[in-house]
Amino acid sequence: MSRAGYLALGDQLATSAEPLIRNLVRLAPIRILLNLFGRLGLRGRGLVIFLPYAWLALFFLIPFVIVLKISFADQLIARPPYSALWELSEKGYLTIKLNLNNYRFLIDDALYWKAYLNSVKIAFVSALICLIVGYPMAYGMARADKAWRNILLMLVILPFWTSFLLRVYAWIGLLNNNGIINNALLGLGLIDQPIVMMKTDFAVYVGIVYSYLPFMILPLFTALEKMDVTLLEAAADLGCKPLKAFFTITIPLSMPGIIAGFSLVFIPALGEFVIPDLLGGTDTLMIGHVLWNEFFSNRAWPVASAVAIAMLLLVLVILYLQSRFQRAAEAP
Amino acid sequence: MSEGKKPDPLMVAPWKDPAATPYIRIQNVTKKFGDFVAVNNVSLNIYKQELFCLLGGSGCGKSTLLRMLAGFEEPDGGQIFLDGQDMAGIAPYKRPVNMMFQSYALFPHMNVEDNVAFGLKQDHTPKKELWDRVKGMLEMVKLSGFASRKPHQLSGGQRQRVALARALVKQPKLLLLDEPLGALDRKLRESTQFELMNIQEKLGVTFVVVTHDQEEAMTLASRIGVMNLGQIVQVGTPTEIYEFPTSRFVADFVGSVNMFDGRITDEDNDYVRISSEDAGCTIFINHGVAAPPSAALAVAIRPEKIAISRSPPANTQENCTQGIVEDIAYMGDMSVFNVRLKSGKLAKVTQPNLVRHTDDAIHWDDHVFMSWHAASGVVLTV
Repeated sequence: MSRAGYLALGDQLATSAEPLIRNLVRLAPIRILLNLFGRLGLRGRGLVIFLPYAWLALFFLIPFVIVLKISFADQLIARPPYSALWELSEKGYLTIKLNLNNYRFLIDDALYWKAYLNSVKIAFVSALICLIVGYPMAYGMARADKAWRNILLMLVILPFWTSFLLRVYAWIGLLNNNGIINNALLGLGLIDQPIVMMKTDFAVYVGIVYSYLPFMILPLFTALEKMDVTLLEAAADLGCKPLKAFFTITIPLSMPGIIAGFSLVFIPALGEFVIPDLLGGTDTLMIGHVLWNEFFSNRAWPVASAVAIAMLLLVLVILYLQSRFQRAAEAP
Repeated sequence: MSEGKKPDPLMVAPWKDPAATPYIRIQNVTKKFGDFVAVNNVSLNIYKQELFCLLGGSGCGKSTLLRMLAGFEEPDGGQIFLDGQDMAGIAPYKRPVNMMFQSYALFPHMNVEDNVAFGLKQDHTPKKELWDRVKGMLEMVKLSGFASRKPHQLSGGQRQRVALARALVKQPKLLLLDEPLGALDRKLRESTQFELMNIQEKLGVTFVVVTHDQEEAMTLASRIGVMNLGQIVQVGTPTEIYEFPTSRFVADFVGSVNMFDGRITDEDNDYVRISSEDAGCTIFINHGVAAPPSAALAVAIRPEKIAISRSPPANTQENCTQGIVEDIAYMGDMSVFNVRLKSGKLAKVTQPNLVRHTDDAIHWDDHVFMSWHAASGVVLTV
């Protein structure tokens, strides 16, 4: 749907929801609540903005602080399996124990930085493949007939209607030694030994590219659809061949979509756990997997928390770079 | 003007010279989109250094014809020759033709100077020459101070001039302009029209302009081709098109007109009398017409060529009719009168407002006489 389409839909929803809202605010519990918020100075716009912030604080910021706290604790064989950060002794002393060893451990033990590095590599390559595969698809969709465009868009979104886990499991059936692909190739006589695809990095790439491709296509499609096609005619008119026009006009103008799509694939792929766990081998080292092992197998909550915090910092750096690129690309 | 300085009429009007070779030859060109015939068997000659206007309503095929000249569409039939060369199968990026787009189509991610330089970069023009030409072009369109601005930081008129500079910097043999002034407001349009004409004269580039605005076509063009339903209905100078339309469509499309149906009652080599119930009088025209006697025809009379008065003119026998004023539109420089004739037809008369205020000005519901000169009527058979 176009931007105008969304705006129209929003208007429509607002008008149809108006009587409902008018009746809702008459209900006693809601009136009391609104009254309460009103006394705190939260009315109208302030209230509307407050609610999502409250939600994020409750379910994102507080858990994050808890994880941050655990990352500075000692591992204990107890329940919960970590030491308290502060203690108030009987004599009234407040002792705060900050254990930085968990972080030092991340640097000292090669396993962790190797896992980080490998995760970055796998996420980067996957995002790159998504871009190369997704760009022609998004381009085709953006240049297709209006009637076709919505159908194609539908097809891109369709896989979301099936559980993510189920779709990754389905790839096992495809990639296994006696899976559909190998059986078909054996049956056709193209190979006489099954190709080992499962439990390899290849399977991980396939899984990630397959799962995250829509996140690449959608922002690319939006960027390409917005582009004025007469610009390409103008380029041709000025003596520019189609392929060169693609690189000098189309690519730069779709840069915001490329950056958005790239980060929408790269960031979740970085911490991906399910795909490497199901499709990857024991040597597929990814940070999500390491974290899971620390947490559940080793019950090393503090180390796992430190891994999580370090990864968050990494993502923050990437997000910062992305927003800078995005701003540069969007400055028209 | 003295005799010696008079320009050669064939230089000014090459289309009158039978020996002149046309610069662009469009021969029986047809273009279809599915079942819709956008351009229907059009033949047209355009000469070097002309400023040719294709004028017509929306969907008349004028833009399609322009796009075929640029190479964005291939004709389904017929041929286009540019400077003697058949253009069939030549990609747009290989044609010595540049176009100024209606939306200007400036590259939004490039600044003004890079937009203008784009075409030259494609030709691998040496750096120094390239930037000299870009600079010169920006000076010509008076945008030297805006070289590093992005298109979105410019006004509509400035964008239009960037588009013009970008199209002209490659020194094309032919410049195509698609509604060049369409997006500008009225005042800017008038000044830009003259600027465009000056540039065209200075560079001697052949211009083909597509427009739906007859005023724009009249001021800009050396010749106008009026299009309707995919065909060229008349080609001529602005004066020819306005004063001597050859069809009801052209008379009606270009300017406003009063069209009176009638029949020839009396005819000779040098005059014709037409009885028109529509007009409510006999129309006398002081030249002969090539029309079969008693054929149904129409007489077109422009509103400004009709005199309006409350007192009867000298001759009320011919070229004079009567009616009641229904509406008066005051336009400042002139007034438009809508007069209901006896036949029920509404006639339009314009009159310049020569004096500021008169007590005996014509009012609503006044009974008025309308008269015109014997040379004013144009007989139209189609």
